[in-house]
Amino acid sequence: MAKVLIENLYKIYPAEKGRPEKIAVDNANFEIQDREFMVLVGPSGCGKTTTLRMVAGLEEITRGSIYLDGKKINEVAPKDRDIAMVFQNYALYPHMSVYRNMAFGLELRGVPKDEIRRRVDSTAKILGLLEPDNLLERKPKALSGGQRQRVALGRAIVRKPKAFLFDEPLSNLDAKMRVETRTEISKLHRQLDSTMIYVTHDQTEAMTMADRIVVMRYGKIQQIAPPLELYHRPANLFVAGFIGSPPMNLLQGTLQASPKGALEFVENVTPPHFPFRGVLSTDTSRRLSSRQGKEVILGFRPEQLHPNSTASKHTLQGILEVVEPMGAETYLYLKTGAHSCICRTTETDLGLKEGSKINLGVDLSRAVFFDPKTEETIPT
Amino acid sequence: MKPTHSSFPWFSRLALILLGVLFLLPFFWMVSTSLKPLNETMKLPPEWLPTSPQWHNYPDAMKAMGPFWLYARNSLFLAFLNVVGTVFSSALVAYGFSRLDWRGRDTCFFVLLATMMIPFPVVMVPIYGLFRALGWIGTFQPLWVPAFLAGAFNVFLLRQFFLSIPKDLSEAARIDGCSEFRIFWQIILPLAKPALLTVALFQFMATWNDFLGPLIFLAREEQYTLALGLQALQGTISGTPWHHLMAASTLVLLPVLVLFFLTQRTFIRGIATTGLK
Repeated sequence: MAKVLIENLYKIYPAEKGRPEKIAVDNANFEIQDREFMVLVGPSGCGKTTTLRMVAGLEEITRGSIYLDGKKINEVAPKDRDIAMVFQNYALYPHMSVYRNMAFGLELRGVPKDEIRRRVDSTAKILGLLEPDNLLERKPKALSGGQRQRVALGRAIVRKPKAFLFDEPLSNLDAKMRVETRTEISKLHRQLDSTMIYVTHDQTEAMTMADRIVVMRYGKIQQIAPPLELYHRPANLFVAGFIGSPPMNLLQGTLQASPKGALEFVENVTPPHFPFRGVLSTDTSRRLSSRQGKEVILGFRPEQLHPNSTASKHTLQGILEVVEPMGAETYLYLKTGAHSCICRTTETDLGLKEGSKINLGVDLSRAVFFDPKTEETIPT
Repeated sequence: MKPTHSSFPWFSRLALILLGVLFLLPFFWMVSTSLKPLNETMKLPPEWLPTSPQWHNYPDAMKAMGPFWLYARNSLFLAFLNVVGTVFSSALVAYGFSRLDWRGRDTCFFVLLATMMIPFPVVMVPIYGLFRALGWIGTFQPLWVPAFLAGAFNVFLLRQFFLSIPKDLSEAARIDGCSEFRIFWQIILPLAKPALLTVALFQFMATWNDFLGPLIFLAREEQYTLALGLQALQGTISGTPWHHLMAASTLVLLPVLVLFFLTQRTFIRGIATTGLK
């Protein structure tokens, strides 16, 4: 069993000459279930790596507690926490061979030599370090980036730890290698059936690999949820904008009564532009009735815009600024009266000219509403 | 295919050749003089090459110095202890200043650096007093025990090198199960071979050539080092036997030269990676 519990966790760097006090992690609370793949994601400086390093024992905890399998590990040395870590820069020992890099941790723990050999060989086989070339006797400098990352993974795997910690392990790889290694790590998770805590700034990695995602910003946790829940029901504007590529479209406007009785979203624009108007469903109108006459921010994903406006109840009109053909899909960048929007469509031969006025259909069935002051999602 | 022009301009090459000749001149003169008879050593105008090389100057100089091989053994003994002591102690202290976080670390390091500003003659007398109180005057102790207490220059040199080793390596070793000493011994030191060799070479040369220390602290002739032995050839009643002095100096210089040429690649890499020019 390897449950990890983070309880009221703080990391505060005291004020120094010329620098005020910095709260790197601000009251983090979450639990990672046994065998779960939990991803901590957020922009640089959000506290995700600091949180991971506190779990590893590489950073002192200012306040709060960390429990591994019910045991408090605040004062436990890193080597005694039964965790293994994969670093962003691999952190392979340059003067040791691949074999020795992988065996080193086991040697320090007094594991018998034949057992070390068995574990290293079987792990090397899983990671493709034996075929087509046997890399075990090579030094790290004779390996490619992808091979080094596999050795770093192997070093963690042979230890058979209670939990694996990954600190942005794919950041130094090229795009193609990143996709391949990402898949390998996901397969490894299923194979090893272990608890994994993974830190990344790349929301694509988070979305594709995680069982659940912790989104962080300025040291605070914004939302903890499975990937699709984060995508369709973000807790606030930051999560809505951070998760999903291209990001969510956001229009500022007001909720007004419509002639049909339901609420209508009216975009804030100044003449001579025409506002976008979207009538909400009866259910949604009822839930947002207290917001009638108030400002809200409407959010909808790029795939909820369609080039075929006649098929939709609502139409968004604007100037087509850029067309990006991606191969399997096309991105359309639209400038409305007051906002910029992105449409993602699987239609490829649209024949649209940049600079032309176009109408896009809008599907509001999965739209999200945010309070402009608090930036929090308004429950619907 | 030959390049049409060199990337190194001819005037730069000429300047470097001239500088090289200038620096090599004293060594050339020393060897040349060591092979001359005494009456040709001070000839004016000077003769660059001996008319007939006097190879017997070398065994004659060794005899004139006194017990040459005893002095050489003493020099080697002290050089060995100093190298071992300096490398180990300086590396350990440099590790503390570079890889460990502790309160007051940077202040202590600046104080250490400040001690480099103090010339030896300033502290010579109080240090003599200290060793006298310890009863070490007339023994080898004052010449090798301080090497085990880490010198500022070597600590600085090694600290700079250790700072360039990524912190990730120490952290990975910590998670693997290394104690702090083990990280120092099995991870950092093996990676610091060029810098350690640089320190070792510098210390070897300093000890081999040290004249003042042995002069102050040693009492008996059987303890003398080669540097002190060379002094015996200077200022005798009949004048300085320059041919013998140069021959002896060449012999004393030889081990250092051989050592440098054997290790120059690693030595230069050590200088480069510590940022020393």
